[in-house]
Amino acid sequence: MSPGRIAIALFIAYLLAAPFVLPEFYVTLMNYIGLATLVTLGLVLLTGVAGLMSFGQQVFVGFGAYATGVLTTVYGASPWLGLGAGLAFTAVAALALGLITVRLSGHYLPISTLAWGIAFYFAFGNLELVGRYDGIQGIPAISLFGWSIESGRGSYALIWAVTLAALLAAHNLLDSRSGRAIRALRFRAVMAESFGIDTARLKLVVFLYAALLASLSGWLYAHFLHFVSPGAFNVNIGIEYLFMAVVGGASQVWGAVIGASLLTLLKEWLKDILPRFFEQSGNYEVIVFGLLMLPLLHRARDGLMPVLARLGRRNGRAPARAPRAAPALARRAGPAAGEPLLGLAGVHKNFGGLAAVRALSFEMRAGEILGLIGPNGAGKSTVFNVVTGVLPADAGEVRFRGARIDALPARRIARLAIARTFQHVNLVGGMSVLENVAIGAHLRGAKGTASAMLRLDREEERRLLHEAARQVERVGLSAHLGEPSASLALGQQRMVEIARALAADPVLLLLDEPAAGLRFQEKRSLAALLRRLRAEGTSILLVEHDMDFVMGLVERLVVMDFGEKIAEGLPHEIQANPLVIEAYLGGIE
Amino acid sequence: MGADIFAWLVQDGITNGAIYALLALALLLVFTVTRVIFVPQGELITFAALSLAMLESGRVPGTVYILVFGGLAAAAIEAVVALREHRLRRLPRIAMLYVALPLAVAAAVWWAAPRRPDQWVQVLLVLAMVVPLGPIMYRIAYQPLASASVLVLFIVSMAVHYVLTGLSLVFFGGEGLRSSAFSDAKFRLGVVDVTAQSLWVVLASLVIIVALWLLFERSIYGKALRATAINRVGARLVGIPTVLTGHLSFLLAAFIGAVSGILIAPITTLYYDTGFLIGLKGFVGAILGGMASYPLAALGALAVGLLESFSSFWASAYKETIVFGLIVPVLVWLSLRSRHVEEEERE
Repeated sequence: MSPGRIAIALFIAYLLAAPFVLPEFYVTLMNYIGLATLVTLGLVLLTGVAGLMSFGQQVFVGFGAYATGVLTTVYGASPWLGLGAGLAFTAVAALALGLITVRLSGHYLPISTLAWGIAFYFAFGNLELVGRYDGIQGIPAISLFGWSIESGRGSYALIWAVTLAALLAAHNLLDSRSGRAIRALRFRAVMAESFGIDTARLKLVVFLYAALLASLSGWLYAHFLHFVSPGAFNVNIGIEYLFMAVVGGASQVWGAVIGASLLTLLKEWLKDILPRFFEQSGNYEVIVFGLLMLPLLHRARDGLMPVLARLGRRNGRAPARAPRAAPALARRAGPAAGEPLLGLAGVHKNFGGLAAVRALSFEMRAGEILGLIGPNGAGKSTVFNVVTGVLPADAGEVRFRGARIDALPARRIARLAIARTFQHVNLVGGMSVLENVAIGAHLRGAKGTASAMLRLDREEERRLLHEAARQVERVGLSAHLGEPSASLALGQQRMVEIARALAADPVLLLLDEPAAGLRFQEKRSLAALLRRLRAEGTSILLVEHDMDFVMGLVERLVVMDFGEKIAEGLPHEIQANPLVIEAYLGGIE
Repeated sequence: MGADIFAWLVQDGITNGAIYALLALALLLVFTVTRVIFVPQGELITFAALSLAMLESGRVPGTVYILVFGGLAAAAIEAVVALREHRLRRLPRIAMLYVALPLAVAAAVWWAAPRRPDQWVQVLLVLAMVVPLGPIMYRIAYQPLASASVLVLFIVSMAVHYVLTGLSLVFFGGEGLRSSAFSDAKFRLGVVDVTAQSLWVVLASLVIIVALWLLFERSIYGKALRATAINRVGARLVGIPTVLTGHLSFLLAAFIGAVSGILIAPITTLYYDTGFLIGLKGFVGAILGGMASYPLAALGALAVGLLESFSSFWASAYKETIVFGLIVPVLVWLSLRSRHVEEEERE
């Protein structure tokens, strides 16, 4: 068993034993930890994994608590109805807030979460229906199969059962097709879109999930304390949830437990001990909290979880396991060789006053390898970005198999079986080689977040991973399957990029300088691989600087200089073309 | 609503809006130059306003402790760095700036406070106490993370905000304070009495805005700030140190925060945590302006002031809810306008 699993087993054993061993006071404290863990877990996924920061989760906790509070006390409804109503209300609110904020760039979301945190705090405090600043009292206990959960120990069982289930679901989610996409959101959104992932929708899903977890925590809180008031949902509480996520390690599921436990215990202890040193009353614990956060952010920005994980892994990394064999994924029927595949007509792209691509036109047929060459800054990578929809063209047409694609976003173009590599390696550094390549096969699976959480996706997952492993093997990196992609040499990372593109089962493969940084032998095997792909019917558009590599490989070449096509033809024609020679070697004035 | 009430609400809105406009400019300045969402600006407002009120009643405000101990902490960090880099010649300057200067200010406040000096002396003392907190804050909390992502810097801001609100409660207590007006004069303008205090606020804001504009357009430091805001790497390549522009923007922001606090102290009763809300209203103004343009940010802040004034007339209890809810339609608009896949965070 790995150290991680032992730690989790010990933790669960502790949870099982705790209510029988601990005094009531500590059981209550454990309940608070569980409630905070639920909210923090949402933040871990939202902030640490997906890169969306929220200081407003306490609002969703408030929705969950107030919904059930009002329904059970004013209308005498069952707590279960309160749960449903709270989750439904939260879902609608989170979708509305999420739709308008998750598309905006980084800092808008946290500022707006602060703003709505304040807005709702004052709304809770002034609405007659929810008891203004006095709150709602006498919220009944939850009853389950006729058993009324009155005691702290009863609540303990319920709170931790829910919390563990949520932790497990989140763990399952991250280890799945959707999870890999979510893990790419923070730093690699453009790459994700290029492989068909709808990043805006996925961010919304994560935002919704985090909000629902918070709402669930609010429901449990209301029925455990039998009381809600606005004080529990002020802005400071929202900030503390985020601190918990940061302390624990914002990118790890189990970091939520560590962060929530540490800060809850520390707060309790500080509240107990600090007033002894000072005469006046005051919120001394917030000063200490803030002061502790600073060195943590300066020294261990990723939180404590990675530190602990490193300790556990000191005895060498676990060897990579190749995924079990599984039925191969269905392959796409490509066009017959010689059919028109890709056509550019009069494509323009400007960056401010700079014309990166000017009136570019060329045709490409199925089954060929077309080289796109030109000096640095000629606009080759811009052409790639326009064809794959990463950048919109300013004018002109791009057609793929006869249909216009120049107005489509990258993720729709990916659906047409166009896959690419990036000039600047675009891998998710912390993810293994295998998982990175599996992102390429994203569109070949269909299971979503819900089935991932419930582990209903295992059959498909095996097939996706098996396919990814096959592509890794093809580029000769099987020995590195389980290693984080960031630990590979640059040339190897480029090969991972190619494997990822291959996992998409592309009809058209766009390779942006694949041979850069490769050694001689590696270049030869890459060339062999590309020839094999062509033989299998894949068409390849290749940007490359290494002339020996290009000339021996391609059928035809398009040469660009200063954004314009200056030549097109067979390799030996291009080599003799005076314009090309001038562009590369400089003319004689 | 009669014309007189309307005019009075407009006056009230413009007065507050002028202060929010100043804050919006400062927040925008800090954000564009350092990428820091400067939430602790709010605490600087609180410190300035409450320190003024305490000086008025002849007491020594706790701000001096924050200044002295903050200065000592910054000096310690600077000294460690200087020792590690074997640049001992920097030590006297460090001692001068971070230790001697705060101590001198503290001594002046200790001496002056019980003697109840004139109001303008009080104002100068408050500025001397609060303005240095900006660079000190930058040195301790932000400079070690100057290259971190916006989101990490945001968490740092929240941590600093946390520390400072806690200290604010310790030093100023839970009760609200209000200082006396600079002048009780009123002028009749059409149907409305314009208070001299409102004129003070609007005039001071205008003067500072013009001064800032001159600074940006005419001085080498202003140009350095603008260059850093437009392109941080480029600015460094032409020899503009990020540390300098960081300190400078925090100094300016702290000055503006302190002035805002001094201006608002006679208008509203402030509590130890009121500044946070006031500062965030400046943010709402800056967001209304799209977090990029200074004139738009100032206009947005003015709109926030007017909205606040009118909503306090119609739905007083929901004033804050309405003002902070205003951010939602603005974000809808910004969101509809943005078409690209959001730029990625750097690893």
